[in-house]
Amino acid sequence: MYPDDLRYSSEHEWARQEGGRVRIGITQFAAEKMSDVVFIELPQVGAQVSFMQPFGVIESVKAVSDLFAPVSGTVVEVNTALANTPEIVNSDPYGQGWIVLVEPKDPAELQKLMSPEQYRKVVGEVST
Amino acid sequence: MGNDLRQTSLYARHVALGARVVEFGGWEMPVQYAGIVEEHRAVRTAAGLFDVSHMGEVEITGPGALASVQRIITNDAGRLAAGGGLYTPMCLPSGGIVDDLTVFRTGEERYLLIVNASTAQKDFAWIEEHTQGAQARNRSDEWGLLALQGPRALGILRRLTRSDLQPLPSFHIITGAEVAGVDGCFISRTGYTGEDGFEIGTPWDRAPRVWDALMEAGRPAGLAPVGLGARDTLRLEASYMLYGNDIDETTTPLEAPLSWTVKLEKGEFIGRDVLVKQKTEGTARRLVGFEMTERAIPRHGYALRSDGTVTGQVTSGTFGPWVQKSIGMGYVARAQAKPGNSLGVEIRGKKAGAVIVKLPFYKRSG
Repeated sequence: MYPDDLRYSSEHEWARQEGGRVRIGITQFAAEKMSDVVFIELPQVGAQVSFMQPFGVIESVKAVSDLFAPVSGTVVEVNTALANTPEIVNSDPYGQGWIVLVEPKDPAELQKLMSPEQYRKVVGEVST
Repeated sequence: MGNDLRQTSLYARHVALGARVVEFGGWEMPVQYAGIVEEHRAVRTAAGLFDVSHMGEVEITGPGALASVQRIITNDAGRLAAGGGLYTPMCLPSGGIVDDLTVFRTGEERYLLIVNASTAQKDFAWIEEHTQGAQARNRSDEWGLLALQGPRALGILRRLTRSDLQPLPSFHIITGAEVAGVDGCFISRTGYTGEDGFEIGTPWDRAPRVWDALMEAGRPAGLAPVGLGARDTLRLEASYMLYGNDIDETTTPLEAPLSWTVKLEKGEFIGRDVLVKQKTEGTARRLVGFEMTERAIPRHGYALRSDGTVTGQVTSGTFGPWVQKSIGMGYVARAQAKPGNSLGVEIRGKKAGAVIVKLPFYKRSG
């Protein structure tokens, strides 16, 4: 449920290093908690995002939540598929349901995020 | 959660079904089981079962029962034969709405009022205060209440009762019914979803037995347990008012789209003077329905703009899982309250476009 190659934020975003860039999404825990994602407000390509500051909004049928950037930097790509099929965040949060790709200002920020092990504890999943 | 929250007799069922439980009106209630969208679709295409035991029941009995009911409500209970019912607001002298409720005539001098959970205490005090020549009894602790809703509701419930349901008209009630071997139930053809369906009153402790029998009988038909989340999206698509959001003590039935429930000609009732005046002069604002014209979801409390100025607020809003549109309701100045008129909804500091549409957003065919 919480892949080993990701870093995790306290606000339930994940970050994956891909070459020099960082792909960002929300965790399965967050996706399940939201359930039925129906709208995602994305930043534009070129927008600046800051560490643990809101960069977008995700809405389910019932709830509105901010998206927090797990790393500072410049948005180089947004997942345009989310406009018409936001539900892929629920069905495939670490794959097709990614949200933005960021050119990080300081990749060392990722070390401030949680390891998979730490995050599993936070969401109450004890590894065996 | 606080210790003073109440649970219905079905609480263990909800937990066993994996429901997400939330506080609602002082009760711990299931907000969703499988998910709001899936539950919503089940009700539109098959059937859904809701625990609404948190709702309040008040009985008024005695020679002054009809006169008391007539004093309390805006609709006309005088036309009800035994077994008949209606939907109505009850108002303050100001015309503001104390609550909206259903009223059934269950006997010659006997009326059953079903009120909202969050206002049940206030409602009973109000009803008792204005009951004369009759007795008002709060029977909320005695009645469990289930709602079975959807195109397959009739087929499912028929298997569990000998009462003849097919000819039961909308807003009519059968009392003293046996359902799933439980005596002393009532069955009304009412609901809050926009679908055909029934509400089934059971003795409080027997609700689990009726629930289990319905779940079992409904399984082949695709019956799903449905929580408060889908209850809200279903009622909003069907454009039913939610007390506390769309209507409250500061709004009148004539500002809300409830003028059809105000029967001025029936004689005196609480709030009549103000409502007569509003009817004559027109209200300053009206509740309208709107659809978003851009991708955004309106939510309760967002400002509504028209011609550059704030004209009101969103009272209810959601993405409609069946209509597949972002929909909402809210009060706007009367001059602007026309289908086709443009509105702006202020969403996180930005204005998103919307257009006023005729209610309801969803109406079942046939």
